Amino acid sequence: MNTAYRLDDVRHCYGDRCVVDVPALEIATGEILAIIGPSGAGKSTLLRLLDFLESPTDGAITYAGDVVDGDVPLAIRRDVTTVFQRPMLLRRSVAANVRIGRKLRGLDTKGGDTERWLERLGLTELADAPARTLSAGEAQRVAFARALIVEPSVLLLDEPTGNLDPYNVGLLEDIVRAENADRGTTVVLVTHDEFQARRIANRTALMASGSIVELADTEAFFTAPEDPRTAAFLEGDLLY
Amino acid sequence: MGTLGKAFADAFGLLWNLDPSLVETVALTLQVTLAALVIALLIGVPLGAGVGLARRLPGRWLLVPLIYTGMGLPPVVVGLFTYLILSNQGPLGGLGWLFTPVGMIVAQTIIALPLVVGLTMAAVQGIDPSLPVQMLSLGATRRQVAGVTLLEARVGVTAAVVAAYGAIISEVGAVMLVGGNIEGETRVLTTAIVLETRRGNFALALALGIILLGIAFLTNFAFHRLQVRQGVR
Repeated sequence: MNTAYRLDDVRHCYGDRCVVDVPALEIATGEILAIIGPSGAGKSTLLRLLDFLESPTDGAITYAGDVVDGDVPLAIRRDVTTVFQRPMLLRRSVAANVRIGRKLRGLDTKGGDTERWLERLGLTELADAPARTLSAGEAQRVAFARALIVEPSVLLLDEPTGNLDPYNVGLLEDIVRAENADRGTTVVLVTHDEFQARRIANRTALMASGSIVELADTEAFFTAPEDPRTAAFLEGDLLY
Repeated sequence: MGTLGKAFADAFGLLWNLDPSLVETVALTLQVTLAALVIALLIGVPLGAGVGLARRLPGRWLLVPLIYTGMGLPPVVVGLFTYLILSNQGPLGGLGWLFTPVGMIVAQTIIALPLVVGLTMAAVQGIDPSLPVQMLSLGATRRQVAGVTLLEARVGVTAAVVAAYGAIISEVGAVMLVGGNIEGETRVLTTAIVLETRRGNFALALALGIILLGIAFLTNFAFHRLQVRQGVR
């Protein structure tokens, strides 16, 4: 299987405080990797590194076989997109927000893609509504649509279903699974919902204090964790 | 009829008769003001957006207070500075812009520019910093991020336009020094008001003031309609 990402001795620090310290990590093309862990573990920072929104202080990130350093080529940046925990929508209509990524790429925005994604996410009736008037859950679905309409090779999800009701959580998980199966989209999911990780991830990692404590196939991770810190975290203990 | 009443009557009469010298003065006022405003916007909006977005810009700690200071520049000091630059002994004396509308445009651009830069910068800084990050994640180039952010900050940017326009259309010190208030050449409404006041023609001066306020009101009304269309009431 091809490797989407390889991280070698990657550290990301603010002054003396390192929030990410990953000696080695490989993410396979087409896998769904879930990352769980306590708040402040460095999960979101790791996603920002994977989205090339920040550069590591030390170490190297290899993407699709190329070491990515300094000015990241636009083509690589456009291969990856994130659905953020708190999506910021533009002061435009819902439909305009959904097609913004295609517009930024100079792609056709008049085709049926916008309507298709609006429909898939149950947003058709809100297409002309001002995006800033949406509820948090609706905004989250718009953020999903605007990320998926650009057909990224890698989809990074940062607590993407925190604002959603169970029906829409299921809807989005189905979409993520379908994109992964149909288009081979690589997915990295940061979540506090261990059940969600179990439902959709091929592999799961526990992050704490910036480091990856354990990374294993999801079933083994939850049923037979090797690291005692993983076992403690899964049992609800506080982990530092 | 008191001075105020006569002023309104005179203003109405000047407008009704389309007094040729008034038309010329109003036309030059609008020409100088709008030219300076357009130049200040072309330079100031991208500059303000750049400074607003580049939160780690080296020297920002000095640049931002300098911009804020520029926003309070006394027009007469700008006029004096421009006069010295454009005078025969000045570095740009050879251009022959002193006592011409072009010189007045230069002075007014210098007055308007810090206002446009400062207020655009503030408007852009008022946008949630996660918006540019999320646009980058969606594949925007740096220039596209600036464009999207400016569009999001459009209400604040319109306020920058209004503030700059108000500052220069009502400005008298700089245009008086640099333009010289030459009838038919560099006389604008504000300098004409000063002249008529000095001559003791208070009613005419006040009439010109009413016309100036009327123009300012109509323009600001148009700006406000623009803001309403942008969703602000």
